[in-house]
Amino acid sequence: MDVVTHIGLTHYLVISAMLFAFGLFAVVTRKNAIVILMGVELMLNAANINFLAFSKYNGGMEGVMFSLFVIVLAAAEAAIALAIIINIYKTFNTVDVSSIDSMKE
Amino acid sequence: MSDLTYTIIFYLFAAITVFSAAFVVFSRNIIYSAFSLLFTFFGAAALYVFLSADFIAVTQVVVYVGGILVLLLFGVMFTNKVMGNRLMTDVQNLLPGIIILVAVAVGLIYVFVVQADWYTAGMLQGSVVERIGVETMSRYVLPFEMASILLLLALVGAAFLARFDKVHNNER
Repeated sequence: MDVVTHIGLTHYLVISAMLFAFGLFAVVTRKNAIVILMGVELMLNAANINFLAFSKYNGGMEGVMFSLFVIVLAAAEAAIALAIIINIYKTFNTVDVSSIDSMKE
Repeated sequence: MSDLTYTIIFYLFAAITVFSAAFVVFSRNIIYSAFSLLFTFFGAAALYVFLSADFIAVTQVVVYVGGILVLLLFGVMFTNKVMGNRLMTDVQNLLPGIIILVAVAVGLIYVFVVQADWYTAGMLQGSVVERIGVETMSRYVLPFEMASILLLLALVGAAFLARFDKVHNNER
């Protein structure tokens, strides 16, 4: 009972494991490129929760700093990915990743 | 705050995060997924506050909710015929996907909870805002500068990729 009521490191790790599995599921099963991007964002959030949990229960600042850099990289990644997706839509008129099979029109 | 209240609020935010993440993944409607992602990001920000990383929580809300989610919604609106009921996403590889989902979740939780032997070296206490400022300008100044250059490059590249293509439109 103490494991359930006393919040510790493993609680955060379990949450991040579930978020990571959901993100991977979205990347594997969805056809829409934007939903795949959402899956990637979920996985990045899971990694962030892990970084911060280890930082909290280690007393150091490394995890906090790296989670900040992960957020920065996620912003850059989302901007680039959406630019690419919009270009794909202009070229193929769809964002269905299974029907995009040529490098140019 | 008493210990029981703390626990209840933690489980509330954990449930919001996990269930809205599940809804993002299992919903077929992209708009529902995008709005459910909002709750996932807010739940994750609340968990960051529990981990005494208040600055990261605020950054999460500003960057993810204010930036990335709006970008995603723009992407949804740009690439779908909103009026034409085409906002559904098709599903492929459903069985391998479910196998991977269960295997990764069970495997990670098994390793994290049963296998690993974590020990606590000391807790992070209080607010981290001041310490983040000091660390950014001392130990992490090189990654900080590299991240700024990368952001500049990424934004220029994104603007270049998504620009209005004049030549292309004249040909049509």
